[in-house]
Amino acid sequence: MNNERYRGTLKNLIRRREFGIFIIIIVVMVLVGLRNPTFFTSDNWKDMLMYVSILAFISIGQMMTIVTGGIDLSVGSVVALSGMSVGIIMRDNPALPPLVLILLGTIFGLGCGIINGLLIGKGKVHPLITTLATMSIYRGLVVVVSRSRWVVYGDITKGFRLIARGNILGINNLMFVAIIIAGASYYFLNHTRKGREIFAYGDHQDAAKFVGINSTRINILVYALSGMLAGFGGVLWVSRVHTAQANTALGYEMQTIASCVIGGVSIFGGVGSVFGVLLGTLLFGIILNALELIGIVDFWKLSVQGFVILVAVIFDAVLSHRVAEQMRKQRRVFDAE
Amino acid sequence: MRSEKEKSRGSSLSDMLKSWEFTIFALLIAVFILNLILSPDLFRIANLFDATLTFTEKSILTLPMTLLIISGVIDISIASISAMSGVILGVCYKAGMAIGYAVVIGLAVGLAAGILNGLIITRLKIPSIVVTLAMMLFYRGIGYVLLGDTAVRDLPERFGLLGGAYSVTSIPIQFMIFIILAVIFGLVLHRTRFGRLIYIVGNNENTARYSGIPVDNIRLILCGVTGLIAGLSGVLLTSRIGSARPDIALGNEMAVITICLLGGVYIFGGKGSIIGVVIAALMIGYVRYGLSILNVQEQVIRIFTGGLLIIALLIPTIAARLKTSARYPEGGV
Amino acid sequence: MDKLLSLKKIVKHFTGTLALSEVDFDLRRGEIHALVGENGAGKSTLIKIITGIYQPDSGQMLVEGENAIFPDARASYDHGIAAIYQEASLFEDLSIAENIYMGHQEIRPLTRNIKWKALYNKAQDLIKSLEVNLNPRALVKSLSIAEKQLVEIIKALSANAKILIMDEPTASLTKEEIDYLFRIARKLRAEGTGIIFISHRLEEVFDIADRVTVIRDGKKVGTLSKEQLEVDELVRMMVGKNLKTLYPKEDVKIGEPLLRVENLSRAGEFNNVSFELKRGEILGMAGLVGAGRTEVARTIFGVAAPESGKVYLEGKEIAIENSGRAMELGIAYLSESRGEYGLVLQMDITQNITIPILRRFARFGWINRVEERDTAKRFFDLLDIRATGLEQKVESLSGGNQQKVSIAKWLAMNAKILILDEPTKGIDIATKAAVHKLMSDLAGEGKAILMISSEIPEIIGMSDRIIVMNEGRLVSEIKRGEATQEKVLTAALGEKGK
Repeated sequence: MNNERYRGTLKNLIRRREFGIFIIIIVVMVLVGLRNPTFFTSDNWKDMLMYVSILAFISIGQMMTIVTGGIDLSVGSVVALSGMSVGIIMRDNPALPPLVLILLGTIFGLGCGIINGLLIGKGKVHPLITTLATMSIYRGLVVVVSRSRWVVYGDITKGFRLIARGNILGINNLMFVAIIIAGASYYFLNHTRKGREIFAYGDHQDAAKFVGINSTRINILVYALSGMLAGFGGVLWVSRVHTAQANTALGYEMQTIASCVIGGVSIFGGVGSVFGVLLGTLLFGIILNALELIGIVDFWKLSVQGFVILVAVIFDAVLSHRVAEQMRKQRRVFDAE
Repeated sequence: MRSEKEKSRGSSLSDMLKSWEFTIFALLIAVFILNLILSPDLFRIANLFDATLTFTEKSILTLPMTLLIISGVIDISIASISAMSGVILGVCYKAGMAIGYAVVIGLAVGLAAGILNGLIITRLKIPSIVVTLAMMLFYRGIGYVLLGDTAVRDLPERFGLLGGAYSVTSIPIQFMIFIILAVIFGLVLHRTRFGRLIYIVGNNENTARYSGIPVDNIRLILCGVTGLIAGLSGVLLTSRIGSARPDIALGNEMAVITICLLGGVYIFGGKGSIIGVVIAALMIGYVRYGLSILNVQEQVIRIFTGGLLIIALLIPTIAARLKTSARYPEGGV
Repeated sequence: MDKLLSLKKIVKHFTGTLALSEVDFDLRRGEIHALVGENGAGKSTLIKIITGIYQPDSGQMLVEGENAIFPDARASYDHGIAAIYQEASLFEDLSIAENIYMGHQEIRPLTRNIKWKALYNKAQDLIKSLEVNLNPRALVKSLSIAEKQLVEIIKALSANAKILIMDEPTASLTKEEIDYLFRIARKLRAEGTGIIFISHRLEEVFDIADRVTVIRDGKKVGTLSKEQLEVDELVRMMVGKNLKTLYPKEDVKIGEPLLRVENLSRAGEFNNVSFELKRGEILGMAGLVGAGRTEVARTIFGVAAPESGKVYLEGKEIAIENSGRAMELGIAYLSESRGEYGLVLQMDITQNITIPILRRFARFGWINRVEERDTAKRFFDLLDIRATGLEQKVESLSGGNQQKVSIAKWLAMNAKILILDEPTKGIDIATKAAVHKLMSDLAGEGKAILMISSEIPEIIGMSDRIIVMNEGRLVSEIKRGEATQEKVLTAALGEKGK
């Protein structure tokens, strides 16, 4: 029985993917650097990495939902809702320690995520539609909660500002946090039973149910995690930009999806890696940064995001069609006569 | 020949749909009554037609979307196409083109966008959800690239008539367009061969392919029509607002999908009717109108539409659970 | 007591049909017991009752002496009953080892992380115990179908399955792979596992079974031991009818070639297939499941594109880009899996029958429902479809009636060439005979029929000529008068024919 050949090819494929992203990152960095050398300044990198850090761990949450065959379109709204809520609490209670505020934000996000999880897991509503709806609902709640009085720079306490600006062990807080979360996620997804069950469920729902994987629990778990990370990110977001408004993080979910898709997460579920998502996020962040530096106006952001997602998805689709064709041809080999 | 009872046993699916349309109609009446109670002054019969101006642009989109979803494809870029069409219309006019030609360009842009979507979906075989998710950003982005913060404000008055004016019978022109389109789409879906093919494709794509039905071309056509109507929607919106800007029709895609689902269209394809969708469109339209005259903010209104969408989708699950508990009242199978 | 499994007087109804009527069955320890019977005879229903997917209306089931009627598949699995089907139920993007142990991987008590080394080692041990060569880290999607089935068997082993059910496992396997699989089955038998082996291929049954039970029309016809096995007896038990009435073939004047296929090839599916199909002829295409027959048919019908070779219709070369074009040229294809490719289950009978011919009553697009209904009714009556009416949804019809609707659809088209892929699969004997009579009549009208079938008696009974495919190649052509079961079987199995 010869499966060595297949295994070799596929392993190479995976390696190629992450390697490929890495190469593209280098290439883009070089191109941008040539065009505008300020790209390489430490200030620019610090800003970019702060942005990318938050995007990274929220994208990891998104990855978990996509791996199960679903998607979470509500993350942007959750970031806004948690950020706004915490911002208001901070404004009205400036003495509260930042850690408490962070905890609150995370809990708010967790709550939003659990609601998603229940609707999808128990209510059996399609994830896309569910999170499309909750995206609107949570976004609307931002306005309700704030009574149209946004959180502004003057409301931010010193301690709160430090959440984003401070350093631990010499590394910026946000980056530190992102690394910890990435490490924990990697451990969870690759070395625990539940983590493996998430992949199994996304790969083949029926087979998963047969082995006893509870679909309701898995769904609640991944959407809760996604929401929790988004809620946590919301607090950090407000700390970083010093405001919270109705349109905070509007469209942010697309950025997380783009990062995942670039990073090799399959929209069909069952495939994805934390490392890939990190690379994808980094590349995406660099592209956004590059656009600013080259002088392309903010307004291109949307189109570029869309284009990037499209390219990544088409690439994936064409690749998988090719692999399927190859496998079809290998099924029976005819000797020349 | 066959007894009525035996006949009805065979058509349980259409029964269910009929009862859904009935439920929606009852809900529509309920919405009316509620509005009359809450805002007796503002919610007068004379205003009912005025009110349609606020939601017709969205509602016309539900018509091609119904056909599209039944055929198994979803397009969430429609709102972005509307905005893009409106922007391009404005830009063309500003560049000196006659308004009539600009309108045609706007429509053509919508059609082209729809066809582009359709080509990527059918030829490259990528799930429509993902493609149109990406295109949603892309098309909206084009609007922003062209106009940014600005808007084209000095559009000719004649143009404004399209979206804002009334016809002889004091029914807005827009609404008449909606009704006419509804009749056309309804007839096509329910009475023509093309409509039958749409149902077949949505119910069993494989059988369709193995029966000589051009599945990809049908979906491509529907994508194109959807894009065209999205362009029309953008043109009407621009006409009514009076200026071309890139941030119109925000969130419309969600409203349209909500209406379709509420109208009985099954998200996975194969089921749905125009009548249900039209009733749902009116219902959602008047819910929003009622809320807006109570001075509820736009974002908060979206909470309601989001909530309605979720309720609409939970109904099958709840219904199934009621069914099993009715069959096995003691609990358990 | 060496009875692993014992079923007594099992009865099962479905709405309108009696699927199983007082069936007895038992399985001994260390035995391979084959279950044979035509499609629709009740085999799969019996298996579904054993595995707990269905529950019997009455009767007794004992597993190792204890009463056991399982409420669902999982329960039977927990009691040591594992089933392997044609489509493996595996996690494609995960490794073999993960597939085996998903849900119960060994974990370290404190940190709850998975002991990977132990996982792969345990998997390797299981693989070794079957004496096969697989890498436990290999991703399942890189495996061949045979290897995937092996993984299913290994899964069953790891769950300490005492009873293994193999449902048509050899369908897509090559000869070497089948030998391999049988070697493993014999090994398991030696260790005391009881195996229920379901197959259509009588030659395999002869090869591997210790006992054979025949099911027909929901009843157990009898059980033969290895020594008592004999082809004619087995066929008689399976078919139970006078072959003449089951295969009513009239002598028809066979005309000139209507369709000619020349060196048709598609990589990975079939190679250099050439044959002719004449007017008034019924050409039987025999071969094991997976030999490539359906693939050839699909290509002629335009659903798949040929990579090389030509097709000629009435002497002229044609290119068939899609099924619509094939239909325009007068070719019809009755697919093997009617639920998936032939019918729209959620629609009613009328709507299904008229799919290919909507244009006839849709002038300018508008469907004339009265005409449509009348046309459908004609075929409804012609084929004697048993239903509550033309408005009945096809999904609620029996297998035989569904097949009739499927056939009606293609009859309505009035094609010149009919490709019928397993036309009597999964239907009852009476309907089978009716379908065969219909085929005969159609041939009499001058139509050309290409009949793909895995039932050798059917091939021999109905064909004017038989072509046999093996592993993607056309290996033999046999004329009606000279055809015997052995000839066809031998060719189908790939040994050089006489």
